[in-house]
Amino acid sequence: MMQELFAPGTLVFSATLLAAVSGVPLVCTRRLNASQGQIFSIFLMLIASCVGVAGAILVLLSGHTFLYELIWQSPFGPCQIGIDPLSAWFLLPVFLIPGCAALYARTYWHADQHPATVRTMTFFFGVMTASMSGVVLARDGISFLFAWEIMALAAYFLISTEDEKPDVAEAGTLYMISTHTGTLGLFALFPLLNLLSGSWLFPAPTSLDATSGMSAVVFVTALFAFGLKAGIMPLHIWLPSAHANAPSHISAVMSGVILKVGVYGLLRTLSFFHTVPLWWGCCVLILGVVSGVAGVAFALGQNDLKRLLAYHSIENIGIIFMGLGVALIGQTTGSTVMMLLGMSGALLHVLNHAAFKALLFMGAGSVIHAVGTREIDLMGGAARRIPYTALLFGVGSVAICGLPPLNGFVSELLIYLGFFQGIQREGGAAVASALAAPALALIGGLAVACFVKVYGIVFLGVPRAETDVECHEAGWQMLLPMLLLGVLCLGIGLVPALVVDPLQRTSLTILPILARTTGLPLQELVPLTMITVSGVVLLVLIAALAVWYRRRLAGMPCSETVTWGCAYQRPAPRMQYSASSFADMLVSMFAFVLKPQSHRKGVISDLSPDCARFSRHVPEVVLEMLYIPALMHLYRRLSGIRRLQSGVLQQYVLYSLVTLIVLLVASYL
Amino acid sequence: MITLADQLLVLVLLINFILLGTSRLFFSIRAVAVQGVLLGILPGLIHPFSWHLVGITIVIIAVKGFVIPQLLGRAVRSAEIKREAEPFVGYVATLLLGALFTAFSFGFAGRLPMLPEHQNYMFVPASIATLMAGFLILTTRRKVISQVIGYLVLDNGIFIFGLLLAEAMPIMVEAGALLDLLVGTFVMGIVINQINREFSSLDTSLLTSLKEE
Repeated sequence: MMQELFAPGTLVFSATLLAAVSGVPLVCTRRLNASQGQIFSIFLMLIASCVGVAGAILVLLSGHTFLYELIWQSPFGPCQIGIDPLSAWFLLPVFLIPGCAALYARTYWHADQHPATVRTMTFFFGVMTASMSGVVLARDGISFLFAWEIMALAAYFLISTEDEKPDVAEAGTLYMISTHTGTLGLFALFPLLNLLSGSWLFPAPTSLDATSGMSAVVFVTALFAFGLKAGIMPLHIWLPSAHANAPSHISAVMSGVILKVGVYGLLRTLSFFHTVPLWWGCCVLILGVVSGVAGVAFALGQNDLKRLLAYHSIENIGIIFMGLGVALIGQTTGSTVMMLLGMSGALLHVLNHAAFKALLFMGAGSVIHAVGTREIDLMGGAARRIPYTALLFGVGSVAICGLPPLNGFVSELLIYLGFFQGIQREGGAAVASALAAPALALIGGLAVACFVKVYGIVFLGVPRAETDVECHEAGWQMLLPMLLLGVLCLGIGLVPALVVDPLQRTSLTILPILARTTGLPLQELVPLTMITVSGVVLLVLIAALAVWYRRRLAGMPCSETVTWGCAYQRPAPRMQYSASSFADMLVSMFAFVLKPQSHRKGVISDLSPDCARFSRHVPEVVLEMLYIPALMHLYRRLSGIRRLQSGVLQQYVLYSLVTLIVLLVASYL
Repeated sequence: MITLADQLLVLVLLINFILLGTSRLFFSIRAVAVQGVLLGILPGLIHPFSWHLVGITIVIIAVKGFVIPQLLGRAVRSAEIKREAEPFVGYVATLLLGALFTAFSFGFAGRLPMLPEHQNYMFVPASIATLMAGFLILTTRRKVISQVIGYLVLDNGIFIFGLLLAEAMPIMVEAGALLDLLVGTFVMGIVINQINREFSSLDTSLLTSLKEE
């Protein structure tokens, strides 16, 4: 009995159900006021989160697969639900991040300050968490689609929490259009899979032949549908505005988890196939490189803190896709080492990105909460006022740049090692790896530049604009989740040996071929001890340097002045570097993609010039210069078809009548 | 009894033509009420006696023959309209089309693979003809009241077809038929109110202004 109660399946299902109803106390009851209801909801969500994570860890430790079948009278056959290590791996962020975000919301979106929106938001937050878990657990196309749609719609309601603002409403609509385009792809994908395998249930791993033409269609459809959700580069248009306009803890979950659910879908689909052709891997790799480089380049040009982080999500999804590409190329060339390294790198980066991006979004939320604006150029000197947030944001920044001793370094190292293995191969695999490795390095370098900009402008220096909002440190409910995520980042970064076993099991679920060719465990391929030792040494060095610096500083005369005062007699805060000026060089290097737009008003000509203005921003090029013109063109060309929708009620009934008559007449023929 | 049922069905068909050919709304409402009463009698003629049947008959006659026409009559009075002016298609043309569809439905019904005991009934052709008449009214008339009437006629057509199945799955058919009516009346009731309030008119073609450009 006890054993059944604590079976991983029971834990995960009860966590899912608990998450689904976690918003109910706030919606239904009349007895609790909103504030008490919020506490109750958060409590439910935290339990769900702990139980779910525990269940996922149990599955990862045991490596077993649990399969459950629901017999129902649906025309699509039985509904299957299952947990295997792959699901469990994705369940970790699915339950961990929403738990953290729910606690964070207690201060960030307190019921007393947002009485109008807190009810719907909490309700849909729970529904979204449960449906994400549902997507990961589903083992047949129909229940997958159900969970997927619920997830997409719940996310829409969360994005448009403040839909009285036009920006938010627009972001919500854009998201809705994109997500349904993706769903359309899924509606094509599952029937195609059904044609291949003859059942709505997911086929067993590596049971389908990837060389047939139909498989190629399946691959492209999956890449489109799941890539749209994951935010891969040409399909990312919904992502920046949605992440920027949602409340910060929602952005944390969306960026940390929903994008990963897209990655999960692609991984699950790829796991059905064997004998993967080279172009699949190259396709995924190229998409990864494009997303990674362009994502970070766009991020450099942003002046909105959350929009910038959103572009970094695109970059990191690119890195995950690069890992996947390595694994696929490894499958083609028969290199188990490449498969293992690429797949584990991608999987680990999924978890890592979930942790540090959620941390960064929450940190950004704290800053925005304290300063009252999202504009980086209006911030400054936040480190003195909100020191704990500054420290934790710093941890997240180092992690996202892929620097030791944090977790981003470990996953990127795995992918690098995969590339180095690929270079030793022959033909296309070597060329692809040799070209992609420098791209990954470029991404890392640009990410460092971007986060130096963010951290320098937001946290260092002095405030650039005096805002009315009193700048204060966030409450413990906001700091604790960030601390937890920060510790997770540091933990994986310092002791990667902890996650190696689960990683290997998860990779085995996707690529069962690895089990047959034993003798290449991840432990031997990656210098785990070396990472730990060098990480600790690095930390000790940093600590020693900090202590030495403090000691020295204590003995010196100190005075406060504006940062980057440039030795002027009377430096002013507005003389400091701005975000645009800091990134100017790199943005102009990438101007051929970014198309930055400068707005200049007035000229500075003589010694006493008139009032002049200069501003510069990087637009969402793909949306504004590719999709919208193309859609406008289509709109004009299709004006004839639009006449069918006349708005006349009678005409619509006529369509039914005509259909009926045609069907009746057809029976004569 | 069957001959009587067939004669009643002929009456139903004739009422269809009345509805197609008249512009007076009160007259249309009364015609639909009569049609409803006729349909209420029909189950009693083709099925053996049971108290259940009596219940159905009473409910159908009450709803189709009295309640809904009353509601519609009140709507017409309160909106102060008497006639369906300028339909999309003229009355003569609609009548001709109605005749064409009726002939067509008789031809079609003859080709349907039916049980031998249903072969000689007029139920199927009458059902299809009434359905088509409902559609014709829905497509050609402008006023909301006419739309409701068209919907009711369409529903009567479905009801006639359901009579054949009444023995096989009685409750389903009854519930289905009455539910359709209820939904139709409610939806149209809301539409009538809303359109009237919004445009101070019951002309549905004004709904085009709601179309997105």
